[in-house]
Amino acid sequence: METGVKFTDISLGRSKERRRDDPNTFEYTYKAEITNIHRLTPKESLYRIQILDPEERIRFTFSPGQFVMLELPGIGEAPFSISSPPSRHGDVELCIRSVGNLTNFLSKVGRGARVGIRGPFGTSFPTWEMHGQNVLLVAGGLGLAPLRTPIAYVQENRSRFGDADIVYGTKDPSQLLFTYQYDMWRADDINLRLIVEKGGPSWDGPVGMITTALDEILAAKPPSYFQKTFAIVCGPPVMFKFVCTMLNEREVPMQKMFVSLERRMHCGMGKCCRCNVGSTYTCLKGPVFDYWTVMNLKEAI
Amino acid sequence: MKKRARRHRREEGHGRTDMIFRTLGKAELPKLFGVMAAGGKIVAPVEAGRDRENRPVYVFRETARFEEAALSYTTTKLPAKRYFLPYREDLATFRIEGDDWQKLVDYNVDRPRIFFGLHPCDINALNRLDKVLLNGVYPMPYYVAKRKNMFIVGIDCLPQPYCFCRSMGADTALHGFDMFLTDLGDDYFVEILSDTAYNFLRCVRTSEPGEDDHARYMKAVSRKNDKFIAHVDTTDLTKILDMEFQSEVWKQWGDRCLACGTCANVCPTCYCYGVEETVSVDLGSARKTKTLYSCNLLDFAEVAGGHNFRPERHVRLKYRYYHKHRGFVEAYEEPLCVGCGRCGESCLAGITVPEVIASVRGEGA
Ligand SMILES: Cc1cc2nc3c(=O)[nH]c(=O)nc-3n(C[C@H](O)[C@H](O)[C@H](O)COP(=O)(O)OP(=O)(O)OC[C@H]3O[C@@H](n4cnc5c(N)ncnc54)[C@H](O)[C@@H]3O)c2cc1C
Ligand code: SF4
Ligand code: SF4
Ligand code: FES
Repeated sequence: METGVKFTDISLGRSKERRRDDPNTFEYTYKAEITNIHRLTPKESLYRIQILDPEERIRFTFSPGQFVMLELPGIGEAPFSISSPPSRHGDVELCIRSVGNLTNFLSKVGRGARVGIRGPFGTSFPTWEMHGQNVLLVAGGLGLAPLRTPIAYVQENRSRFGDADIVYGTKDPSQLLFTYQYDMWRADDINLRLIVEKGGPSWDGPVGMITTALDEILAAKPPSYFQKTFAIVCGPPVMFKFVCTMLNEREVPMQKMFVSLERRMHCGMGKCCRCNVGSTYTCLKGPVFDYWTVMNLKEAI
Repeated sequence: MKKRARRHRREEGHGRTDMIFRTLGKAELPKLFGVMAAGGKIVAPVEAGRDRENRPVYVFRETARFEEAALSYTTTKLPAKRYFLPYREDLATFRIEGDDWQKLVDYNVDRPRIFFGLHPCDINALNRLDKVLLNGVYPMPYYVAKRKNMFIVGIDCLPQPYCFCRSMGADTALHGFDMFLTDLGDDYFVEILSDTAYNFLRCVRTSEPGEDDHARYMKAVSRKNDKFIAHVDTTDLTKILDMEFQSEVWKQWGDRCLACGTCANVCPTCYCYGVEETVSVDLGSARKTKTLYSCNLLDFAEVAGGHNFRPERHVRLKYRYYHKHRGFVEAYEEPLCVGCGRCGESCLAGITVPEVIASVRGEGA
């Protein structure tokens, strides 16, 4: 007769594919390389990051709006929205602003640096549901980074959308991101409206709040537009609150407006609880929420 | 077919099976302890000293001596959490070689442990943690690996004035243990849930319980039920917490709270954490370390650039209640609190769960 407690080794049950229900996936990091760095402004750079293993790179799929945890061994780990089109798989671009420990360190590394990526995590903008409809993309500041993925999706699938408008505002002209892409967007019949809060000698565009630019765009639309429009709004909470209220006044349903929430995150997998809004996990139920849900979250805005 | 499925379930250890009952003479218990100690490390409640009022202070710690196990203990100051959710542990280490690195992941457990004498609240705390950390999306291997290697002998208890486990549905443990002992006077009534426990019991003398043992068991249970003093009214609590989100009482509790985080530290169900990475002095290696955190601490929800989503104490304190008594209930139909009363006993500001919830319900603080 056998007595005694046997040791159970859970790592023996490791699955070969990375499955969410396999505990051995939890701390798995794709090893990746920074293949290029594009300085956009003094504070923001676009990092092109490629998963090294070719098979893993292809198998890495995500939807617009999802994020990854970027890890620099010994420095830290933090969440960033994927800013490149899903068609590029695990050859992702992250647009990162230097604000703290990890992001400042990142601004000093060069091409070829080896980093880790976990994910993709979180919810996404339901681009497929938007087919046949108009899309209105509103970004404030760094909010353009997560919007770049749906923009690319619209470009790749232009025939499936009606009007496509981008309204983008920053504090001043020097903070405008991805300026080199504006002509390409316009060439793909995407209407781009820029606005800055404070102009300058080199700026001959409109000056004011983002809501001013949005007002102008909306004023030119026929009433039928609002029934057939999806909106994605990315930026600071005060901004999306104003924007979503404006849209709702024009009868765009709250369930057809999407925002991306930013909270502190230490895991991305519903474990550390740092990202909770009320009792909702931003990393699992978000970061993309429809505005109706956000309105009903305690502590959201 | 049916038989095979059942045997399979039994082998899982912590799964639900039909219970087998035995009685065990008290004189046999040291022998059982000895058999277990011969095969593995035992963690048991042990008297560590006395407090200012000369009451014993209990801790869970490893012991190989039966006499040291204080089986009629009240409540330990700290839960057995450090064995399944250590305050600090490495999630990974890195070997850094020039520009490249290798990530090494270890779940920090190399042997099973026997927990001899866990109360129902602490067993239920594990069952509730299982829902998030073991059975939810993205199971957490550091917890899973330790939990799967816990052999648990539960033991019944007498409610202390601060215990409100009954209100939290945590006064009896239905599963999540291997064997459970209820004191019948000269014997223990033994519930057996795993074959490992069954095999241990074959090394000592047990008997088939008779009608009188059943009667003694039920008497023991009702004696326990009569002892409860603290209660929490959970009727409609999730809705009430929503309605009273802006209530002034939160501010009153917030004014008293020291934001020290002790409540989370002593709580058997608090699992929130933070992660930090450090590099060795010679830059040859790095580690990624997880530290349990408390949502009452100032920077819990602070993000880069200095914005803090919960800058005020009362907002953080409210969040803790909100997570435990609303969010978790909504997701899993039971609170993330087992009513052990440890947080209230340890709080220097005297903040207790029954009082906070009563005040939110408008029943006077
Ligand atoms: C879903 C999501 C998407 C994001 N996308 C982008 C993006 O595309 N570009 C970009 O520049 N920034 C983005 N951020 C913000 C980015 O995560 C923070 O700027 C970053 O964590 C700062 O890390 P740090 O180490 O430099 O700062 P520190 O202040 O030193 O932070 C230390 C740690 O705190 C946590 N933390 C601090 N601030 C934040 C924060 N705002 N959000 C989450 N965790 C935080 C992280 O774990 C971080 O490692 C995103 C945040 C979230 C939640
Ligand atoms: S409730 Fe009590 S134990 Fe918890 S943080 Fe406040 S003072 Fe500390
Ligand atoms: S919140 Fe307090 S009473 Fe509830 S389980 Fe945690 S320590 Fe025990
Ligand atoms: S980031 Fe850890 S729980 Fe959401």
